[in-house]
Amino acid sequence: MGHTLAEKIIARHTDEAVTGPGQIVRCKVSLVLANDITAPLAAKSFRAMGAKKVFDTARVALIMDHFTPNKDVASAEQVRGVREFAREFGIEKYVEGGDCGVEHALLPEKGWVGPGDVVVGADSHTCTYGALGAFATGMGSTDIAAAMALGETWFKVPPTIRVEITGTLAPFVGAKDLILMTIARTGVAGATYKALEFGGPVVEGLSVEGRMTMANMAIEAGGKAGLFAADAKTLAYCAAAGRSGDELIAPDEGAAYEEILRIDVTGKSPVVACPHLPDNVRPVEEMADVVIHQSVIGSCTNGRIEDLREAAAVLKGRKAAPDVRLIVLPATPAIWRAAMHEGLFDIFLDAGAVVGPPTCGPCLGGHMGILAKGERAVATTNRNFKGRMGHLESEVYLASPAVAAASAVTGRITHPKDL
Amino acid sequence: MIYTGKAHKVGEHIDTDAIIPAPFLVSTDPLELGKNCMAGLTPGWVKRVKAGDIIVAGENFGCGSSREHAPLAILGAGIPVVVAASFARIFYRNGFNMGLTLLEVGDQVARIKDGDELSVDTGRGVIKNLTSGEEIVCQPVPHSMQAILDAGGLVNYVKARLAAPEARA
Ligand code: SF4
Repeated sequence: MGHTLAEKIIARHTDEAVTGPGQIVRCKVSLVLANDITAPLAAKSFRAMGAKKVFDTARVALIMDHFTPNKDVASAEQVRGVREFAREFGIEKYVEGGDCGVEHALLPEKGWVGPGDVVVGADSHTCTYGALGAFATGMGSTDIAAAMALGETWFKVPPTIRVEITGTLAPFVGAKDLILMTIARTGVAGATYKALEFGGPVVEGLSVEGRMTMANMAIEAGGKAGLFAADAKTLAYCAAAGRSGDELIAPDEGAAYEEILRIDVTGKSPVVACPHLPDNVRPVEEMADVVIHQSVIGSCTNGRIEDLREAAAVLKGRKAAPDVRLIVLPATPAIWRAAMHEGLFDIFLDAGAVVGPPTCGPCLGGHMGILAKGERAVATTNRNFKGRMGHLESEVYLASPAVAAASAVTGRITHPKDL
Repeated sequence: MIYTGKAHKVGEHIDTDAIIPAPFLVSTDPLELGKNCMAGLTPGWVKRVKAGDIIVAGENFGCGSSREHAPLAILGAGIPVVVAASFARIFYRNGFNMGLTLLEVGDQVARIKDGDELSVDTGRGVIKNLTSGEEIVCQPVPHSMQAILDAGGLVNYVKARLAAPEARA
């Protein structure tokens, strides 16, 4: 019987014969990840385990990205604790300051994750690396501490929902729209405990960055992983990131899927996920009455260079509406530098944007763009839960970089073609 | 392992706030937490429980937050095993990691009534309903998970493995 991508990748990392969903297997991990919020807890559990060393000093990544540059004393103390932990145990991939970017944009770019890897992270958007053909998933602090100590963890092999995307994309419809349409179909809990596996001609046509945007939000459908085959584009991306020896990986013919979801994108408009759940998805035209006060372009979902180019193409020669704060946060230092060299910052600054440092910042309501009571933001981020970006009575609308940029110009949620 | 005890049935989608409400999260001591096990479902629920009893739940048991206090509260109440139609993903991990045995039985859960005496063989995946005489067969607890349970949870499991690396199984 054929295997799904999830089964194939898991099988590479375990001595046990992978038979199918529901089976529990012990797996070697390729990389263990934690950030400035979750690493302090993982470090505490790690010490409680009496661990004297991490399984591999090159395969633990501690990325200080959420509240950095540290926004207050408490966050600075957290980072100090993690820095000391990293020094004590010789962890090589400890990143803060000018080297730091949003973890899920940074790790692929650095070549620290790749096809066939098993990655566990104390962050729910660890699923992003599924875009490269890695089985990557979020876990709690004790699990992560154990993985740091042992270099392995246990998994229940997930059933897989195959998402087949076909048709022709209209202008301004892209990866963010595709994943929001998928979540609209599954609902926010529809893929709970399951792996999503994306395929079909539209997915094959996407760039690796676009696939990351999609894999990133698998968790918003409740998914344990969001997987893509590693094709020639993936290998080119990984080689450019300095990796070597990566191989193609694809699901088997006749793999056993729990369900196949077919989405035809022909004739579809860009979409927006309205408050307060990511599955509350509407065509952008229906939301034209919604007045916004802030537009955020950034995050691990849509803070990569292609996203910034997409936003800049819409903003070029235009200005943000006077009552809109337009905030652009390139997700990593390399993206920041590329945007600077390409002249995108001139376009953003001419449009009246604030260009900030690579940080999670407002995505989780941390800092650098918090909403007041009654304010509304359109954001390229991934969650629009109540109060996610600030006051409990503020609202977040999730959209693509093009829609976020167009909306900044008019001050209302806007289809870029209507500018 | 074979556990024998009385079944305490709870419904579907029992979330972690029902298992241990947030105001009680000020402790990480299982015995302290155990005093308020299921307090979010019925205040004083735990008074009906004897050590060794078994929770029998519907679908999606343990949904909600990732708090590790939830399985600790159940263990602290003297309940060593939960049988459910299904478990929420993070609770499923946390349960074994904290040392709580979990068995998924799907629809067969309907064959257990509140108050039935059960004998649960976790290694074979067989639940005998001593009251009705019926037998339910399910997936046994895998060896690798049993090793974590035997150690008393993931922290102790890792501790023991690190102390005796030559004994790595
Ligand atoms: S950008 Fe947002 S979703 Fe991504 S890691 Fe940071 S806080 Fe989480």
